[in-house]
Amino acid sequence: MLKLKNIHTYYGNIQALKGIDLEISEGEIISLIGANGAGKSTTLMTTCGIVPAKQGSVKFKGQDITHMPSDEIVKLGICQVPEGRRIFPYLTVAENLDMGAFLRNDNDKIKKDFEYVYSLFPILAERKNQAGGTLSGGEQQMLAISRALMSRPKVLLLDEPSLGLAPIIVKQIFSIIKKINKEQKTTIFIVEQNANLALKAAHRGYVMETGMITMTDTGENLLANEDVKKAYLGI
Amino acid sequence: MRLFNIILGVAVVGPLGFFGIKEIIADPVYFLELFLGGLTRGSIYALIALGYTMVYGIIQLINFAHGEIYMIGAMTALIVASVLGLWGWNSAVIVILAIVFAIVYSCAYGFTVEKIAYKPLRTAPRLSALISAIGMSLFLQNYVMLAQTPEFMPFESLIPDFQFWEPFAHIITAVEMTIIVTTVITMILLGMLIKFTKIGKAMRATAQDKIMASLVGINVNRVISTTFVVGSATAAIGGVLIACHVGQVNFFIGFLAGLKAFIAAVLGGIGSIPGAVLGSLVLGISESMFTGYFWSEYEDVFAFTILVIILIFRPSGILGKDEISKV
Repeated sequence: MLKLKNIHTYYGNIQALKGIDLEISEGEIISLIGANGAGKSTTLMTTCGIVPAKQGSVKFKGQDITHMPSDEIVKLGICQVPEGRRIFPYLTVAENLDMGAFLRNDNDKIKKDFEYVYSLFPILAERKNQAGGTLSGGEQQMLAISRALMSRPKVLLLDEPSLGLAPIIVKQIFSIIKKINKEQKTTIFIVEQNANLALKAAHRGYVMETGMITMTDTGENLLANEDVKKAYLGI
Repeated sequence: MRLFNIILGVAVVGPLGFFGIKEIIADPVYFLELFLGGLTRGSIYALIALGYTMVYGIIQLINFAHGEIYMIGAMTALIVASVLGLWGWNSAVIVILAIVFAIVYSCAYGFTVEKIAYKPLRTAPRLSALISAIGMSLFLQNYVMLAQTPEFMPFESLIPDFQFWEPFAHIITAVEMTIIVTTVITMILLGMLIKFTKIGKAMRATAQDKIMASLVGINVNRVISTTFVVGSATAAIGGVLIACHVGQVNFFIGFLAGLKAFIAAVLGGIGSIPGAVLGSLVLGISESMFTGYFWSEYEDVFAFTILVIILIFRPSGILGKDEISKV
């Protein structure tokens, strides 16, 4: 469904991605793990057209989207929950969700989706008239995921959904990610530093080091792999 | 430091307040005249300051060519009014058509200025865009001077003095009233646009986080263009109204009006829309009081002194906000 082929991405003169190959099929949950600065977030930003690749190609259902403007990529059904959540701080919770549905005009279905995300995260319904910037970290993460769901994505890209959150909230968020994958048939691509959690949730995983993919296997096999255990699981 | 500020505040405001109350009691009608005159002036500033503050909010650029957009609005109104006046059209129709044409022309210029002078510099350092803005301002002034004339051109007031209003006309004229009412209507419409419509919400979202805005599918370039167009439209309305009020127009009127509106926007807190309106009214009314009670020849000096004082003591302005952010 989504295919990255030999991607090279630069920030100015600094090369962040050195030939990434990655493939995601429909309905899968894929995890990409790696240390700080390995290029995980850059992979997502390149996919979404924020930092386009200098070399290589990104294909979505056979269509080349490497140099497409990011708003058109969203139109195709690829939506990202970026690192640090990036809630619009002065918009209310409901307005943030409205912005998630920016490209849609089917008002009846948007209303239903509002109800759907409020049922996933009831706390958001309680806070719907509160400014996004005043929510707690966990609530902001819930809002960020909900905002992305409002665009009815075919592929949902999640960048470090566990960052800075209490373990109990992280658990809740991961169980909802799995639920979304099952109920909505949304393909999910998670970038995580918390390797244990991410690999357990995923069908398949990729391991990344300094701009390159070094390993790929099923989630279970990666969890059992000695190198992964040593480097990322601390066992 | 805090105590010092309070003492300073009392030392300045105390005598002023005492003086003010004494004067108001001595001649309340004069005070009312000055107040309403200041309100009119502030309304015009507000119509221009909105463009400054909205553009700053979205791309952190002081669009110094904005005053020229306002001047172009006034010029367009002058041309439309003179042509239609020659044909002997009804003055109410002329006013409406003049405003419509002024809005269309100013929006076209605002849109084009952004595309030519700022869009190519989107990723350049801020100073480059600022210099480009000043260049655009000089270019538009000189372009209009060459295309029209460097002289002041008379603009016959299109708004008649109503008979029934005669007894009160020395307090507030029909023109001044029209200005205040039109401004209030414009503000309400603009407020609704920004608060409730999809494009208004997209404008706010883009101002808060451009990358995230494009990640939810907002076309950021289109939102920026819309912001310039909306700002130009309100400036054009201001241009037509001021032309009716002052009765003459030339290529240079945008310069000072633009600077004053800029001061008003900074005074209110640049980037904040309610701030721009509040700052404009405060500046307009205090300018009017200053010229009425003290020295009218130091009107501009007064405005720029306010700018300096604000920049020293409260650079974020009256309603300037601190970031709320939580991780």
